[in-house]
Amino acid sequence: MATAEAAPPATPAAVPVTLNVNGKSHALALDPRTTLLDALREHLDLTGSKKGCDHGQCGACTVLVDGRRILSCLTLAAAVRGPVTTIEGLAQNGNLHPMQQAFIDHDAFQCGYCTPGQIMSAVACVREGHVRSDDEIREYMSGNLCRCAAYPNILAAIKDAAPRMLDKA
Amino acid sequence: MRPFAYAHVNDAAEAVKAGGTFLAGGTTLLDLMKLDVMRPERVVDINDLSREFSAIAYGPQGLRLGALAHMAEAARHPDVVREFPVIAQSLSLAASGQLRNMATLGGNVLQRTRCTYFRDTSWSRCNKRDPGSGCAALEGVNRKHAVLGTSPNCIATYAGDFAQSLIALDAAVELAGPSGARRMAFADLHVAPGDDPSVETVLRPGELITGFIVPALPFARRSLYLKIRDRQSYEFALASAAVALDLDGGTVRQARIALGGVATKPWRAREAEAALRGKALDESSARAAAEAAFAGAVTHGGNDYKPELGKRTLVRALLQAKALEV
Repeated sequence: MATAEAAPPATPAAVPVTLNVNGKSHALALDPRTTLLDALREHLDLTGSKKGCDHGQCGACTVLVDGRRILSCLTLAAAVRGPVTTIEGLAQNGNLHPMQQAFIDHDAFQCGYCTPGQIMSAVACVREGHVRSDDEIREYMSGNLCRCAAYPNILAAIKDAAPRMLDKA
Repeated sequence: MRPFAYAHVNDAAEAVKAGGTFLAGGTTLLDLMKLDVMRPERVVDINDLSREFSAIAYGPQGLRLGALAHMAEAARHPDVVREFPVIAQSLSLAASGQLRNMATLGGNVLQRTRCTYFRDTSWSRCNKRDPGSGCAALEGVNRKHAVLGTSPNCIATYAGDFAQSLIALDAAVELAGPSGARRMAFADLHVAPGDDPSVETVLRPGELITGFIVPALPFARRSLYLKIRDRQSYEFALASAAVALDLDGGTVRQARIALGGVATKPWRAREAEAALRGKALDESSARAAAEAAFAGAVTHGGNDYKPELGKRTLVRALLQAKALEV
């Protein structure tokens, strides 16, 4: 696996990457090492998605690709095929998404750093149908850590938003 | 992260020709590249192979799982849930909702160990990372390390769950490679650390997993995956058991048993299976089977508790499987 240190390779050639984010298409030329998270934050100025652990352990970077929740920190931007939805793309016509409103109503955060990832994950969790019991919500939200431990209020927010999301669908 | 050349391919023929490290879900690869543990010079994105290799199909012959199917898709597939609950459970009890949407089945079985000394390059001794350098875990913090299939060179635990269900059900794995396609028993894919822990599978350079075949096994409806861990969710196993039981009343015609969290590779517990054959399944016969499964366990201090935890896990899994209404 690890071998003796070779001469450091030159900076790799940029690869063309087209990202469709929140309904808008962006043509970028990126170092192939660029993760989707870094592309969003550093190249598209969409800083809502947060860099927590940067190793797929905390969930702060959660976004939707093709409507499915994924971790943008462990995804190469060049490997993204489908349309991306970030926290910035949830509100419609100036109206907060029901999940965003529920997080406010239930005080479902303290410092707020994990919140965009929590909300994206919660939206997907409802769409997946994993909101049939408190335990099921906890299980399917376990990939989003909250160091402030706002978990009881996050649970309450998801239970509150779920029927209103499903009414709209 | 070190620089690498990136290429994406459209089909298996292009992939095996491309040469390099395959990228599917990336949940292991990107993580370990950021840690500087894996240092590929060429990354070959095989996600477009999902057109060819992501189907999940069930029929009289059994179950076929495309290697590019995501964990979440297989975990919720109605045929998998109904006919092979141990597979569905091994997948849904692993990782998180996001990771299960990303990780593919092929990548899942090839995930690397969570051994802290392997993952942290500030430790110079790791035979898996740097062959011949030694093993810091032998006398280090080894609470989560393996007790079965170890060698004096490596005690890193195989971290996956899905592989245990495959090995218990006598699955086969299909490969594409530079010299053509081949198929082998899944049990032959992984190798124990032995003299060279950096070699984890028998995959040849350029070879790619394209699918898994699970033979039809009607009694697999009486199967389950029991996973014991430090947290209730989103955590690797300290001990786990994949079991399937063919019962005649309370007597075992056949048992299939694999153990996770305790071994250096996906571990089939054939001694335990043999101990149960023809026996009435109760706490005492289950315990005897568990003793047989761990007869060869070797511990290193921090993991002294693991054989007992592993035995209790297996006993509970067997008794729970017996009680299933199928």
